[in-house]
Amino acid sequence: MLEVKDLRGGIEGKEILKGIDLAVKPGEVHAIMGPNGSGKSTFAQVLAGHPGYEVTGGSVHFEGQDLLEMEADERARAGLFMAFQYPVAIRGVTNAYFLQSAVNAQRKNQELEELDTLEFAELLEGKLEMLGWDDRLIHRAVNDGFSGGEKKRNEIIQLAMLEPKLAILDETDSGLDIDAVKAVSEAVNKFRNPERSFILVTHYERILNYVTPDHVHVLAGGKVVMSGDMQLALELEARGYDWITNGAAVA
Amino acid sequence: MSMVTQPKSVSAELQDAAAPYVEAFETMAGVSGGDPAWLQARRGAAIARFAEAGFPAARQEEWRFTDLKTLARTPFTLAAPASEAVSSVDEFVLGSERQWVVTFVNGSYVPELSRLDGLPSSVVVGSLREAVVKHSALVEPHLAKYALDEYNPLAALNTGFIRDGAFLHVPRNTVLERQVHFLFLSVPANGTSAPVTHPRNLFVLEPGAQASLVESYAGAGTTGRYWTNPVTEAVVGDNATLDAYRFQREHTDAYHTGTTYSTQGRDSKFSLIVFTFGAGLSRHDIRAVLDGEGADATLDGLSMLRGRQHTDYHTTLEHAQPNCTSWEYFNGVFDDHARGVFNGRIIVRPGAQKTDSKQTNNNLLLSASARADSQPQLEIYADDVKCTHGATLGPIDDEHLFYLQSRGLTKEAARDMLTYGFGSEILNAVKSEQVREDLDRIIHDWLKQVSPMGA
Repeated sequence: MLEVKDLRGGIEGKEILKGIDLAVKPGEVHAIMGPNGSGKSTFAQVLAGHPGYEVTGGSVHFEGQDLLEMEADERARAGLFMAFQYPVAIRGVTNAYFLQSAVNAQRKNQELEELDTLEFAELLEGKLEMLGWDDRLIHRAVNDGFSGGEKKRNEIIQLAMLEPKLAILDETDSGLDIDAVKAVSEAVNKFRNPERSFILVTHYERILNYVTPDHVHVLAGGKVVMSGDMQLALELEARGYDWITNGAAVA
Repeated sequence: MSMVTQPKSVSAELQDAAAPYVEAFETMAGVSGGDPAWLQARRGAAIARFAEAGFPAARQEEWRFTDLKTLARTPFTLAAPASEAVSSVDEFVLGSERQWVVTFVNGSYVPELSRLDGLPSSVVVGSLREAVVKHSALVEPHLAKYALDEYNPLAALNTGFIRDGAFLHVPRNTVLERQVHFLFLSVPANGTSAPVTHPRNLFVLEPGAQASLVESYAGAGTTGRYWTNPVTEAVVGDNATLDAYRFQREHTDAYHTGTTYSTQGRDSKFSLIVFTFGAGLSRHDIRAVLDGEGADATLDGLSMLRGRQHTDYHTTLEHAQPNCTSWEYFNGVFDDHARGVFNGRIIVRPGAQKTDSKQTNNNLLLSASARADSQPQLEIYADDVKCTHGATLGPIDDEHLFYLQSRGLTKEAARDMLTYGFGSEILNAVKSEQVREDLDRIIHDWLKQVSPMGA
């Protein structure tokens, strides 16, 4: 589904990603862990197509398409989704209006009929029921005045509505209390299926107690320095990052 | 010395430009001799003030950003009646069953284009010209009593030419059940001379009364040059509530210079939300005086301009009594070479303690050539007050664009949604469902013509 080869890039002339390789198959959950400054978030932003980041080498293919040739909105319509670490507030635009526009942009791309307000409301109601969440965020302006937890929940609602093929969660668990981490994890588990893949970018192994990854990768100095399974996450919990990053510096 | 002589010649020209209007006034005075003496006296005094002041010059601080030279040089003549040029007002007034409609074409009331069915007999809604004759006792105490036209030559010019306009009188403790829509249409002349109208409006709410109204200005037929110079006086009695909305959608070749004065009694509420989409050059001076303890005033505004359109808002909120609150929130969206000016003055008079006033002006620039200027002016003569102001200016935030794009919206759709959101900050303040619907449609229409991105 996703094939990343020797990806290099950064921001404002500074190379942060120094040759990342990653392959994600349909239905897999990959955790990408690493200390601050390892390039985790840059990797997520580059995959999502943030125009501020520059790609200087390597390739990324998503379902056979050259992802790096696509604008952020084209990537989204092709089935890629990133939950933001810091979602921005959009004053004056309600979540309902925003979500309906986003869902219809997808549907238009898939040559499906656009949903009217009533059909959209039904779809939304179904998704919220599945999540077990109420609709109190829906009629407020997008992320405007939301608490940290509400913002992250709002990202998950968008994920649920847009039904991506690949969802990248950029530190969605950071700054959340344990109940919120559980809520987000439950949501991910509910939307996990044999066709949908996830990349969980995280600083803490805590979320991995609730969402079991198929693969765990450690990013350091802009490269994947170690890959393994859940066992690797447990080892990181016990030993920290130093033993790996020191090794990376030598290698 | 050249610094003194150079502006003098411009100012002399601007003063000379007043002469044709004084002549026109004298001609008109000949035919309006039947009007009450008090009205003739007020008109005469005002035209004398205009003759003395002339058109405002750009060197005057209040007119620094808005140059009226071209307006002053254009030979405008008083608009002739042209009601036959308008067959329907449906495109300008959408809420037919929810509103009473009072239509003026080229400054004159047109009953055939108005709808006042079911109006309670205690309320007077209609033409000022008729009210001067039939309800002189309701008009005389207020007309031209609040417009401080010694500071505003264009308002003085309007007073000199008081002929017709909107009139609303709501008696004590009466709630006006429907919204009144006062529609002012101008028909550009197809000959050489360009028409000018001076609509004069007076709204009086007696104590405890409540009303909602719309004042809207638009060009009829094809575009062309004309000038609309309206003045509105609103009197909101003790404990009364007035919700007013004002749409300016003149043709883009038109000039629009408007003035609104309001005065409020104790515990009254006055809200004025203004929308500017039209005219090539427009200016609106608003002076809201909170003259009773516990009064509350709201001034909100939304401008959306493109091409070479220019708009200039000069607002003054005057806190004359203690414990009053005022809220001001103006958003401007400017595309192409359009330009917006916002000058927000808050005056707190001595003794107006516990004043609470907040002013915000946000400007969104959709093109590198668009421009906005924002100036707050606080004049505070009391010590126990809370006054805040803030302004923002800039293009659409790239992070916002990326966020929306990452959900599948094209860059253009994302830009339009963010612009809509910026406009809907004002839209959401609109209490009237009818006005909200109209405004929503106008904003969406406007967004269809935004210039391509990255151009």
